[in-house]
Amino acid sequence: MDSLIYNIAAIIAVISIVLTFVRMILGPTVADRIVALDGMTIIAISLIVYIAYFSNRIIYLDVAIVYALMSFIGVIAVARYLERGI
Amino acid sequence: MPLLGSIITLIGSIFLFLGALGIFRMPDVYNRMQAGTKATTLGTILFLLGISFGHAECGCLGKIVILILFVIFTNPVSSNALARAAHFAGIKLTKRSVKDDLGNDNLENKGGEK
Amino acid sequence: MISTIIIILGIIMIVAGIIAVHLKNLLAAIIVSGAISLLASIIYLILGSPDVAMTEASIGAGLTTIVFLFALNKARKEDKND
Repeated sequence: MDSLIYNIAAIIAVISIVLTFVRMILGPTVADRIVALDGMTIIAISLIVYIAYFSNRIIYLDVAIVYALMSFIGVIAVARYLERGI
Repeated sequence: MPLLGSIITLIGSIFLFLGALGIFRMPDVYNRMQAGTKATTLGTILFLLGISFGHAECGCLGKIVILILFVIFTNPVSSNALARAAHFAGIKLTKRSVKDDLGNDNLENKGGEK
Repeated sequence: MISTIIIILGIIMIVAGIIAVHLKNLLAAIIVSGAISLLASIIYLILGSPDVAMTEASIGAGLTTIVFLFALNKARKEDKND
């Protein structure tokens, strides 16, 4: 019962990744695309934690931490470039 | 206990889906940013807490708490920097918006300096 | 279940690669290539190699984006000077 509900939650997360990706390829300006990338990263962190627990390897959680840090640095760099150039 | 964790995870994934739907359907950069930051942060917190409740025997709650704190600290900061950059890069608001305090402040400051 | 996730993410990666080649705006192309790196990292993780996934996440998402932005900024400055 509970594993079925976990699988449904993971499928909903994958559908959310597809929706944010559609906004990324449609977005008229650059800011739309970077907002979509930010949301996609946060949803992907949830998906990575799901994969880590269901393959019973806790070392996978480090990938989620590294990805959160690197995505934050990338978004800040793009915002600074949009504002006045690096 | 696993059933409680799975239900919390399902609620968190519904919040993630609502955030993604907001990013897909909102008419403006700023509206998209508002939907995609708040709903997604709450959804991530509930998703991670639900998974760690359901698998309490592995004893790795510490990394989950570090990840949740990191998401809480960095997501509003990056969204704020993006909104400021988009406003200064000259991206227009949608036609239905009624108030623009940052633009008015800048106009007043420029008028005062002159 | 897991194979379904791999197939959906792989289709998204292929579409993103085609779009990143065809976009006219260079900054948008850099952002879409960052998304490709994110999906590649998840697929590496599902296939069972966390060290490759960690390297892909740190280099593909962090370092490549910043180096490309730096190069784009420098090229734009050179264009303005000419």
